[in-house]
Amino acid sequence: MPGQLDIFPLGDRALVIEVADSVSEAATGHARRLAERVARARLPGVREVVPAFCSITVHYDPVALCAGGLPFEILSARLLALLSGPEDEAPSPGRVLEIPVCYGGDCGEDLAALALARDMTPARFVELHCAPTYFVGMLGFAPGFPYLAGMDQRLIAARRATPRSRVPAGSVAIGGEHTGIYPFESPGGWHLIGRTPLRLFAFERDPPSLLQAGDRVRFVPIAPEEFERAAEFQRAAEELRA
Amino acid sequence: MKVLRAGILSTLQDLGRWGHQRFGVPVSGVMDEVSHRLANLLAGNAEDQATVEMTLVGPGFALTRDALIAVCGGEFEARINGEALPRARPVLARAGSTLDFGVCRRGCRAYLAVAGGFAVDPVLGSRSTYLRGGFGGWRGRPLQRGDLLPTAEPDPARYPSLHRKLGERRAPMAYPGWSVTERVELLAPGPYLLRFVPGRQWEAFPQPVRERFLGAEYRVGSNSDRQGYRLAGPLLIPGAPVEIISGGVTFGTIQVPPDGEPIVLMANRQTTGGYPRLGEVATVDLPLLAQLPPGAPVRFQQVELATAQALLIERERDLARTREGIALQSRR
Repeated sequence: MPGQLDIFPLGDRALVIEVADSVSEAATGHARRLAERVARARLPGVREVVPAFCSITVHYDPVALCAGGLPFEILSARLLALLSGPEDEAPSPGRVLEIPVCYGGDCGEDLAALALARDMTPARFVELHCAPTYFVGMLGFAPGFPYLAGMDQRLIAARRATPRSRVPAGSVAIGGEHTGIYPFESPGGWHLIGRTPLRLFAFERDPPSLLQAGDRVRFVPIAPEEFERAAEFQRAAEELRA
Repeated sequence: MKVLRAGILSTLQDLGRWGHQRFGVPVSGVMDEVSHRLANLLAGNAEDQATVEMTLVGPGFALTRDALIAVCGGEFEARINGEALPRARPVLARAGSTLDFGVCRRGCRAYLAVAGGFAVDPVLGSRSTYLRGGFGGWRGRPLQRGDLLPTAEPDPARYPSLHRKLGERRAPMAYPGWSVTERVELLAPGPYLLRFVPGRQWEAFPQPVRERFLGAEYRVGSNSDRQGYRLAGPLLIPGAPVEIISGGVTFGTIQVPPDGEPIVLMANRQTTGGYPRLGEVATVDLPLLAQLPPGAPVRFQQVELATAQALLIERERDLARTREGIALQSRR
C-alpha cells in the first residue's frame, strides 16, 4: 500500500487527499478504503467524501472547524492522524459485477467503424472489450456514470469531435482510454459500442448507483433478443413500481 | 399557490443534495446561497427549506390561501395585484391575490420563500430540482403553468402585527417598515471582483498564462447556466497540456478545457472533472457571481486560503446576527 498522503486545498470548503500520482487498480482501491474510513469516522465539519482514481475529495464546513486555527489545517491534521492510525475495521471486499451488453447494430452505432479503423472484425473488437476485468475509477459526468479503467490499449479512441445530442440510456461507450456507461439519455461525446439493459442509477434504490468507485466489472455479450427481453422486463418492473 | 406563468426557469431548490456525490449525484441546490437563506429566515423557515429560484423572467402565482412570503436576490419587477412587492422583508399576502414577478432589472436570480415551505417529498435527502436526472423539487422539472404548489398555513404567532394589519385593511398584503440588507455590489457597473484561491495545478500553468488570467477582464458567457459559467476573454492555452488525473470538483472550481475558455463550476456542476483547474472562487463571492447575467464583466484576484476562510467565517457571523434580529422582529 502506498504510504505518503498529500493533502491540498480545493477552495475554502473542500480538500483533496492524493494517494498516488498515477492511475492503477491498487491506487483506486486504496482511495476507496480511505474514503470509507473518513466517512465512518464522522469527523466534525466533514460533509461528504468522494473517492476518485487516485484521490479522495473531502467536502467540509470551515465554520465548524474554526476554533484555534485555519480550518483547512485543523482538518488536515485530524485526517492525517486518522489515516496514519491502524485500520479500524477490515475494508469492504471489492465486488465484481457482470454487465450484460448487446454489442453493435442499433445498440452500438460506432462499433463497426471503430473496428474497421483498427483493421479488425467487430467480433474481435467485442472479444477484446470483454476480455479484461475493469475497475471503476470514479463516478461522475452524470449520476451513476462509471469511468472504467483497464481497457485494452488497442481500443483507445479519442472522443468524437462533435458530441451527439442524444445518447440512449444504458449505452456502453469508449472515451479515450476509458469505457463508460450512460445511465440516462443525455448528450455525449463518447463512441457507442453497445447497450446494457441494466439500470445504472435509480434514485429510489439504496444505494442509488449500481456501481461505486473501486468496484470491478466484466462485460458479458448478449444477443439482441436477450437485450429486448431484459429491457422489456425492466420496463414492466418500472410500471409495477409506478 | 397556483402557477399562472412559468417564467424562464423557475425551479424549487434548497441548500443541495449532499452525501451522494460518490455516486455521481450533483449537489445542485441554489445558485445564490445567501439570498436563499435570507428569504427563508424572513419567512420563518429553516435555511434549508426549498425556495423557488427564478431566473431573468420570473413566474406568476395565484395565492389560494394567505401566505407569508419573502423575496431576496436579484431585483425583479415583482407585484401583488399590481402593487409593488417590497423586497428583503416578510410580506403577508392575502388569499386570492396575484403575485407576479415580471422581468429582472438587476442581478439574475431571485428566491421566493413561503412560510412552512413547499410540501414536496425530498429525493435523496433534498428538495432541489435536478433537471438532467429529472428528479427532485417539483416533479423533477421547472414549474409550469397550471401547477398547484402545496404550501403550509402561516403561523399567526409569527409577525402578529402583520396578521393584525392584514385583518384591519383591504390591502392585498401587509409588511413591516424594516428590511434586511442585501448585497450592494450589483449597484455598480463592474467589473466585478471575484477572489479565488489558487489550486493544485495553478503552478503547473505557465507564468504567462497565469498572468493573462490575473490581468484580464472576462465576461460571463452567453452559454452559462446552472452547471457552469463560461468566461469570454483571453484564452488560456498552455504550450503543453497541464496533466491532471480526474477527481473531485466543487462549487467555484475554475477549470480550463482544451479550448482555453475558463469555466467556473456552479450549483449543478458534475461531481468530478478531468480538466486542469486554476483554483476555486472564494465561497463568499459565489452569490455575487450567481447574480451576474451573461455579458457582465469580471476580474479575478488571487487570495490566500486563510483569507477566503476568514471571509467565510465573518460572513456566517453576520448572517447569525441577521438571524437573531429577524427572530426578534418576528415576535412583534
